[in-house]
Amino acid sequence: MSVEPFIHLAGVRKIYRGGGHEHLAISDATFDVLPGELVSLVGPSGCGKSTLLKILAGLHPHDGGEVRIGSTTHHFDPARDIGMVFQAPLLLKWRRILDNVLLPAELLGLPIAAARERARELLALVGLGGYEQKYPYELSGGMQQRAAIARALVHDPKLVLMDEPFGALDALTREKMNLELLRIWKESGKTIVFVTHGISEAVFLGTRVVVFTAGPARMADNFEIDLPRPRTLDLKTHERFGVYTRRIYKLLGME
Amino acid sequence: MNRAAPQAGRYALAVLAHLALLVAWYLFVRLGDVPQFVMPSPQATFQALLSPNYDWWANTLVTGTEIFGGYLLALVVGVVLALVFTWSKTLEALLLPVIVTLNMVPKVALGPLIIVWFKYGVFPNTIMAFSIAVFPILLTTARGLREIEPELLDLVRSLRGTRWQLFTKIQLPGSLPYIFAGMKVAAILAVAGAIVGEFLGSDKGLGYLMLQVQVTLDTPAMFMAVILITLLGMLLYDLVLLLERLFVPKDARVA
Repeated sequence: MSVEPFIHLAGVRKIYRGGGHEHLAISDATFDVLPGELVSLVGPSGCGKSTLLKILAGLHPHDGGEVRIGSTTHHFDPARDIGMVFQAPLLLKWRRILDNVLLPAELLGLPIAAARERARELLALVGLGGYEQKYPYELSGGMQQRAAIARALVHDPKLVLMDEPFGALDALTREKMNLELLRIWKESGKTIVFVTHGISEAVFLGTRVVVFTAGPARMADNFEIDLPRPRTLDLKTHERFGVYTRRIYKLLGME
Repeated sequence: MNRAAPQAGRYALAVLAHLALLVAWYLFVRLGDVPQFVMPSPQATFQALLSPNYDWWANTLVTGTEIFGGYLLALVVGVVLALVFTWSKTLEALLLPVIVTLNMVPKVALGPLIIVWFKYGVFPNTIMAFSIAVFPILLTTARGLREIEPELLDLVRSLRGTRWQLFTKIQLPGSLPYIFAGMKVAAILAVAGAIVGEFLGSDKGLGYLMLQVQVTLDTPAMFMAVILITLLGMLLYDLVLLLERLFVPKDARVA
């Protein structure tokens, strides 16, 4: 018996209209995400992966196909079960780190004392214990992004959407953050959809990789990543790791 | 090194420079044997304060009401209009060019019209101060609101945050440095607006008083009126600076 998917996408289309012409942003996205999966969406700029994330977040309507989030066992409330992380940390400059993490709890009107307690735990989880009272400018880019991840988790959402969250970081920090994310994912048990244009990052993190191509924007492949866990950086020399990355390079016409 | 010491030194220098100006004024009048109706001495000017005919306190209160009233109105209208523009792109595209054009109208030229429309008195002069102060606040606030990252708005929308939450938690604090930049320019303009209004048509206020004493060539009283107007302007400006210091972190201030 198969597990009921948490996200079910079938033939999802998105068309942007403007300036008298239409632009097909997503032509036919069809894939499922199981509860607790970390799915990488990988592809070049303009392939529609970020658009798809916005559709999942309920920020954009889609123009065709089916988008279903939640299952009988994993109920999904679109008004409160979304956590988002973007390429820039987007912390509020005028708020201390703890108060930044609390923003979603405030927006949702959650009991603030309990939320504050949870925010402290999450800051410890992302390795920012002791930085609660700092201002964003006092933290490095990587640390700010950790705070942004804590913010995305503070209201205990069932789904976390990440749009190239480590794209602006230097290579070393990025690798470190990849390991951190895997640890946070394991400890929080969240379903994560992770958009990236980094092919090795997509394979390294994902339980599954969905590949998108641009011009025309379409979904090109969707496959499971069968690599041992916990994943360590050694894995990047694993034979199958190379097989997976080559498969994606090929799809993107780079081989 | 103590930072307070050079700070105190600067204040001392500022006070000293003003005292020097006073002394220079005194020496110029005294040594140059300048007639009082051309330029009164500092003593003569301050003696004008003692003349009961001029009702200094009431007139200062009237002008102060016009300046502060017009300024507050400009602040509220400017910020609210800029905020409305973030709600509707169409409205912004429609109204902003008109506002830029209106900004080009010399507000002083509107004075006679404002008197036709609102008679003369405190109210039209308040409108005069408002009409000249509202544009810098509106334009800088609109600019500040545009500077806020769209992803931050996405974050709030993904949690179904209300417009009010968006405004109070993100837009207002985010654009505050810009609002204050506009408020500083507007503070100086509001004073000019109120005085011009009083020149054009009024029966009380410091500007009105200046026209009265001009007829009798009571130059010391005119000097005193100018000094009081300047003090009103300084009070408003310093109040704005104080609020900025309280609400905007130093590294976020604009101009």
